[in-house]
Amino acid sequence: MTSTAEPEVGRARLRKEDARLITGRTRWTDNMVLPGMLHMALLRSPMAHARITKIDTTAAREMPGVIAVVTGQDLAEEQGSLPCAWPITEDMKAPDAPAMAVEQVNFAGEAVAAVIARSKAEADDALESIDIDYDELPVVLDMAAAIADGADLVHENLGTNRCATWVYDSAEAGSGGAIDDAIAGAEVVVERTYRQQRLIPAFMEPRSMLVDPTGDQITMWSATQIPHILRWMTAAVTGVPESKIRVIAPDVGGGFGGKLQVTPEEIITFLMAKRLGKPVKYTESRSESLASAHHGRDQIQKLTLAADRDGTLRGLKVELLADMGAYLRLVSPGVPILGAFMFNAIYKMDAYKFVCTNVFTNKTPTDAYRGAGRPEATFGIERMMDELAAELSMDPMELRRKNWITHDEFPFTTVAGLTYDSGDYESATDKAMETFGYDALRAEQQERRDRNDAIQLGIGISTYTEMCGLAPSRVLGALRYAAGGWEHAAIRMLPTGKVELVTGTSPHGQGHETAWSQIVADQLGVPFEDVEVLHGDTQSSVRGMDSYGSRSLAVGGTAIVLAAQRVLAKARKVAAHMMECAEDDVDFTPGTFSVKGTDRGVALADVVVHAHVAHDLPDGVEATLDSDATFDPENFSFPHGTHLCAAEVDTETGRVRLRSYVCVDDVGKAVNPMIVEGQVHGGIAQGVAQALFEEAVHDESGTLTTGTLADYLVPSAADLPSFDTSRTETPATTNPLGVKGVGEAGTIASTPAVVNAIVDALRHRGVNDVEMPCTPMRVWSAIQAGGAR
Amino acid sequence: MIPAAFDYQAPTTLDDAVRILADAGEDAKVIAGGQSLLPVLRMRLAAPTVLIDLSRCAELRGVREDGGSLVIGAMTTHYDVQGDHLVREHAALLAMATDTVADPQVRHRGTFGGSLAHADPAGDLLAPALALDCEFVVAGMDGRRTVAANEFFVDYFTTAMAWNEILCEVRVPKYTGWLAHYEKFNRVAQAWSIVGVAAALRVDGSRIAEARVGLTNMASVPVRARGVEDALVGEEATPESIRAAAEHAAEGTSPTADGDGDAEYRTQLAKVLTGRAVTAAMTA
Repeated sequence: MTSTAEPEVGRARLRKEDARLITGRTRWTDNMVLPGMLHMALLRSPMAHARITKIDTTAAREMPGVIAVVTGQDLAEEQGSLPCAWPITEDMKAPDAPAMAVEQVNFAGEAVAAVIARSKAEADDALESIDIDYDELPVVLDMAAAIADGADLVHENLGTNRCATWVYDSAEAGSGGAIDDAIAGAEVVVERTYRQQRLIPAFMEPRSMLVDPTGDQITMWSATQIPHILRWMTAAVTGVPESKIRVIAPDVGGGFGGKLQVTPEEIITFLMAKRLGKPVKYTESRSESLASAHHGRDQIQKLTLAADRDGTLRGLKVELLADMGAYLRLVSPGVPILGAFMFNAIYKMDAYKFVCTNVFTNKTPTDAYRGAGRPEATFGIERMMDELAAELSMDPMELRRKNWITHDEFPFTTVAGLTYDSGDYESATDKAMETFGYDALRAEQQERRDRNDAIQLGIGISTYTEMCGLAPSRVLGALRYAAGGWEHAAIRMLPTGKVELVTGTSPHGQGHETAWSQIVADQLGVPFEDVEVLHGDTQSSVRGMDSYGSRSLAVGGTAIVLAAQRVLAKARKVAAHMMECAEDDVDFTPGTFSVKGTDRGVALADVVVHAHVAHDLPDGVEATLDSDATFDPENFSFPHGTHLCAAEVDTETGRVRLRSYVCVDDVGKAVNPMIVEGQVHGGIAQGVAQALFEEAVHDESGTLTTGTLADYLVPSAADLPSFDTSRTETPATTNPLGVKGVGEAGTIASTPAVVNAIVDALRHRGVNDVEMPCTPMRVWSAIQAGGAR
Repeated sequence: MIPAAFDYQAPTTLDDAVRILADAGEDAKVIAGGQSLLPVLRMRLAAPTVLIDLSRCAELRGVREDGGSLVIGAMTTHYDVQGDHLVREHAALLAMATDTVADPQVRHRGTFGGSLAHADPAGDLLAPALALDCEFVVAGMDGRRTVAANEFFVDYFTTAMAWNEILCEVRVPKYTGWLAHYEKFNRVAQAWSIVGVAAALRVDGSRIAEARVGLTNMASVPVRARGVEDALVGEEATPESIRAAAEHAAEGTSPTADGDGDAEYRTQLAKVLTGRAVTAAMTA
């Protein structure tokens, strides 16, 4: 254990977890087999809105291998109501949310019966023998129609399809002026309506869970992002004491927010295992996943941007409709609210008002999906900045420069009331513009326009910021969120010199084991290889708030630093005792304690053993150096960056080809630049997917018509250009690592960059919008409708 | 999901396969590479009583010459068709279209005959097979018969084969020295065609002497663009002449409407892609 010259933090290390993740030789939930394990299959409603008039399970019970068949009626007394942890307003309407429908189904894909059998095949077979009759109800699909007078209701007992209306008004909050004054006094007002189509998280590993009731505790393995929250909520829903529940998230294959959920499937599996006294496993099919796991986005955004003729922004009014789907899941109502603080983005303005109405429809519930509220907001404002620039005949980057918060203005309190601690939009933008070759591309664009080329070129800009590192618990409380936003870490100094880090974050592909090891190695001066990262098991990771909202590093990473500092503080006392000097005379260089001004020293490893055997500890010092810490951030962190996209639009077919994509992101200090780059690449891909490819489409009966991956188009590497990614590093001032978070940045930034590029290519042809996803047909149709030559 | 239970037979000769199919009756299903059938089974959209797997019938694999034709065994994988030197030399259009089918994994499992027998109008091999006047050899209890391409495709997912017949090989006339191109238009790399255009041209001096043009997904069956062919023959291939010929592309078609394209858009695509296919073939 000697100190190494090169710090671990900042090294682009290969990920230590990848060998097992890539080969699959690891514990995915569906790989696990327990003695006597039974398999569950779920019958799902083909109807979007109907009363269940009859369920006959007699024949299914007689099928080979079948152990039990249950309906919602059978579970009604035990299943409670699935939790919604974010009642955004006092008067929010929340329907009862049974894990299994009892009398009525409210979206196509809702579970209506379960078969438990000795094999998965037998369970699937028996599903077909369940006889069920529905009495169809009118289907509510369109948000605007849903809140009109006399609309059919999703939940009759609520008396309305309005879930809640949430308002932020800068005049009332004291963070700015009145929006109506700003609009009335402005020289230019641009109004647009944008549609954030419904998306499906489409994580790679389907949801899978295995519940073992053997013994005094019920153990639930689940492919979840949130083992700690799941344990808490499973106790709250089922009434089983939390102390009798152990949740384990083993290796988990992606989530993107889609596994930030307490799912009906988990509750049903839990209840069936408990009832039967046998382990029960359920793994969904891909089609089940697409139809019934929560969806994301789905907003109608009416935006009004007011400015002076010289481009100075005056105010922004945001009027949203947000589709909740049929039920409120864990954080459904709060997702659009996370956007409330982001529509103003990096810009200064006098006044801001945000009004969001959440609406029930007969569709799959929506909830967090990579970016959760912030991509929607960033899309809105970045599209509007381009529209305003066109209106003013200004270069869109000039308009942004004119209005953004300059580097010397930080910390800066925005019109939405947040204080951005740091940022350097100038540096990121200058670097991106230079790499991109902005001026040359503009010249080529003009040249193609002049000769009316079939291939037109467009340039799309997105100078985004986001709020992540969720979240200061006090802020969450003020927003009526039911939980806190802190994170926990524990360090165990093993007598053999190895180190166990127990984190409350719950990785599902991000590479925490590598990055956390790098942090621990630097803090303690131990080799990277000697650090083992433990996570995801509520029996070892005793406290945690899990992984979502780009929080793991900024919050969980900081908890690691604090825990390491406690280890060292205790070690210093022991070292002083061992070296027979005063504690103040002890120096620490990573890995070694020494007496100031002498060559006397002890290795940390020796101190660890000394503290562990405890034969000779100073008075008042407890055995072992093990320590833990909880960190609750004072503020969010605010990654930012400049994304530039050059798109070629084939005006004869409407096909969009991304020619180049340059981004400079500032995520603060990069612990592992390779992981950062990977997150940016994946994030951009997912944002481009929203711009060009993906959409959850329902037909008029409420059936999902994009219910397979042949219809729901997740792009592959073959559909994307090579991304030119780089970084600036402006450290966050709100945590000791200077980190901000990178999990969502690429997704938040890239969607408007792509759509701005498409519209920019066609603006001279009379096009000022193309609805997402910008399919070839939609682009071609927009050109035909534009009419200009 | 897991498919409903079925009996599984894997005969090693075509004769056995035909006999097993006849015995099993109409509820049996022949499986080739399984790239279309398996998803249907897993989603329980079909539940055949017997699955007859042709993968052990060695006689159904491979490409050979037979006088003025190539004979492609129905169980030849896309990957093997793509790389076959006879196909590349004498039926380049087929090789090019096969290059665009789905992704490498699918091309290693999926078969030439399976794809044609499945008769999905968005499949990429139907239009080239039609344009090249391929002949389909099908085997039944009464022996073999040959069906012309323009009679083989009957409707969506429907061919002229009876339930008790098996496609065993496809005869492709040689188009040695012809120029060819398959222009596929889809939304993501591994997706089916929204529209595709298959073009093969014989050029004599500076003029187009013969032209074969087939359209993918412009009707419930592949469509031969005769108007385009007639307009091209005898012309020098200039941008103007190609554009004028391509204007005929949608004649006689009845394109479907779905989320990827309505009839108007598909008509536009057929014209644009036809021009591009011919142009690309000429510059190949």
